[in-house]
Amino acid sequence: MAETLATHPGAPLGAEAAHGAEPEHGGGKRRDFLKLVTGAFAVVGTGAIVWPFISSMNPSRDVLALSTTEVDLSPIQVGQAVTVVWRGKPVFVRHRTQQDIEAAQQVPVSELRDPQTDAQRVIKPEWLVMIGICTHLGCVPLGQKPTDPHGDYGGWFCPCHGSHYDTSGRIRKGPAPKNLVVPPYTFTSDTQIRIG
Amino acid sequence: MASGLHQSDFKNPVVRWIDARLPVFTMMEKEYGTFPTPRNFNYLWNFGALAMVTLLIMIATGIFLAMNYTPHVNHAFDSVERIMRDVNYGWLLRYVHANGASMFFIVVYVHIWRGLYYGSYKAPRELLWMLGVVIFLLMMATAFMGYVLPWGQMSFWGATVITNLFSAIPLVGDSIVTWLWGGFSVDNPTLNRFFSLHYLLPFVIVGVVFLHVAALHITGSNNPLGIDPKGPQDTVPFHPYYTVKDSVGLVAYFVVFAVLVFFFPNLLGHPDNYIPANPLVTPPHIVPEWYFLPYYAILRAVPNKLGGVVLMFSSILILFVLPWLDTSPVRSMRFRPIARIALLLWTVAFFVLMWCGSQPPEGIAVVLARIGTAYYFAYFLVILPLLGWFERPLPLPESIARPVLRGGGPLPAGATSKPMEKA
Repeated sequence: MAETLATHPGAPLGAEAAHGAEPEHGGGKRRDFLKLVTGAFAVVGTGAIVWPFISSMNPSRDVLALSTTEVDLSPIQVGQAVTVVWRGKPVFVRHRTQQDIEAAQQVPVSELRDPQTDAQRVIKPEWLVMIGICTHLGCVPLGQKPTDPHGDYGGWFCPCHGSHYDTSGRIRKGPAPKNLVVPPYTFTSDTQIRIG
Repeated sequence: MASGLHQSDFKNPVVRWIDARLPVFTMMEKEYGTFPTPRNFNYLWNFGALAMVTLLIMIATGIFLAMNYTPHVNHAFDSVERIMRDVNYGWLLRYVHANGASMFFIVVYVHIWRGLYYGSYKAPRELLWMLGVVIFLLMMATAFMGYVLPWGQMSFWGATVITNLFSAIPLVGDSIVTWLWGGFSVDNPTLNRFFSLHYLLPFVIVGVVFLHVAALHITGSNNPLGIDPKGPQDTVPFHPYYTVKDSVGLVAYFVVFAVLVFFFPNLLGHPDNYIPANPLVTPPHIVPEWYFLPYYAILRAVPNKLGGVVLMFSSILILFVLPWLDTSPVRSMRFRPIARIALLLWTVAFFVLMWCGSQPPEGIAVVLARIGTAYYFAYFLVILPLLGWFERPLPLPESIARPVLRGGGPLPAGATSKPMEKA
């Protein structure tokens, strides 16, 4: 680059330089070029300095290391539900009854605000696993305990703004826009799942 | 233009609208654009700007470190290790912050030395100088409390020793130390208040720096010749001349800073501070950070508790009265053949004291520390006051412009105030 500049002042600046301006003009163009290069380096340098600061606010390695949770399903009887913590959030694990499953499967998908079949939301029909956070504004819905209100559809009811979820955790009534989210999970054995 | 608005010279309508209501653009243009600055600065005049940049680096890295730091005796050490190992770029933030403290002191020591050599403390810049000494004291307090936060062995025992300095005060000493600790030893309350103050003081420094710069822009900068600019031919606008010169220095400074951070991040630290604080065991040889060593040597040079403490604090406080101790009207040491040698010896004494402070207090280190301390104070209290009477300074140049533009015959009287051809 330096050689180019030395032999053809201002040449890298494009078509205008090709007209072969007088020396003073060439000097001016060279200064423009230097300003541009200096500015570009300053911008790149600033970006390189700012990035570590922004990155340091993202989850750190010890936080990421906590991103899976194992759940032993064997003590959970039919009809019972447990709440476990995954990434600091509550995860509902329910051992559904045959009635729950049938009720969930018989709903016509066209009636739903966020259309999803029950089969799309479970791996094994008797186990429903989902993040227990209302998709409206982040409250934890009631319905895990038998004494809790279960809403009009026998599933969960969010007390903050009155969203009703069915036995598949799908939104049926109230302000929430989406079904309760199903987290990624796998069965590591017949009675054990790993969330995350 | 509506009455009550500032008459703005800016063409851009948005800038003009703001400037008419809040003339910050006019102020920046006046103070950092056209501000007339002596044309003969050398690179020692970079160090004020470097100190300002370093302060900003320290505040930026400090704020992000505080997001991951826990000021509790049970968690502080581990939270710092978590910053080093788990937080994204946490190692970079911490090493920049820790070495930034060292770089800050290097820069400020050069800045102070520049003031000593070129007589920048003399009239009319006495208050400017004194504000600088205030900044220096705040910096030392901030650095000390910051070093305590990782809660390693050196943190803990440094905090113990330094706070115990106040126990030398007669009658109320012990009560003051208990008050500083918030208990009967350095413990969790101490750590909490140190964290609080370590976060606060840098912003106090920003405030005093603002006053420092405001005072500077009243008197104008000193220069290597120590004579006042006599007219426009002696000055250049701050921008682009010194914005560019400061930028060149800044790039060189960042190279040194980066080498320290990326290749020798623990060079200036102490390995004992990677051992968690233990209130039951003092490390066999405790030393402060390198930038406190000269004062530590002065403290230990006196075989008397109160005497040592008084002398140590006096070594900084004496700078406040320096403008009145130096009786010579000549600012720059370039024209003071004896004072120049005296100051260079003082500089040597400073480094000797620094070495003594790093050594165990025995043998030759004690002797040298006493000689160094004696000379440190003699320079201010004896040599400078007397030299004003006995020293014959070299002839001062007629103006800043003349020695800069060499050649040409002697100018007739008054010619120096005419505009120069080139300018």
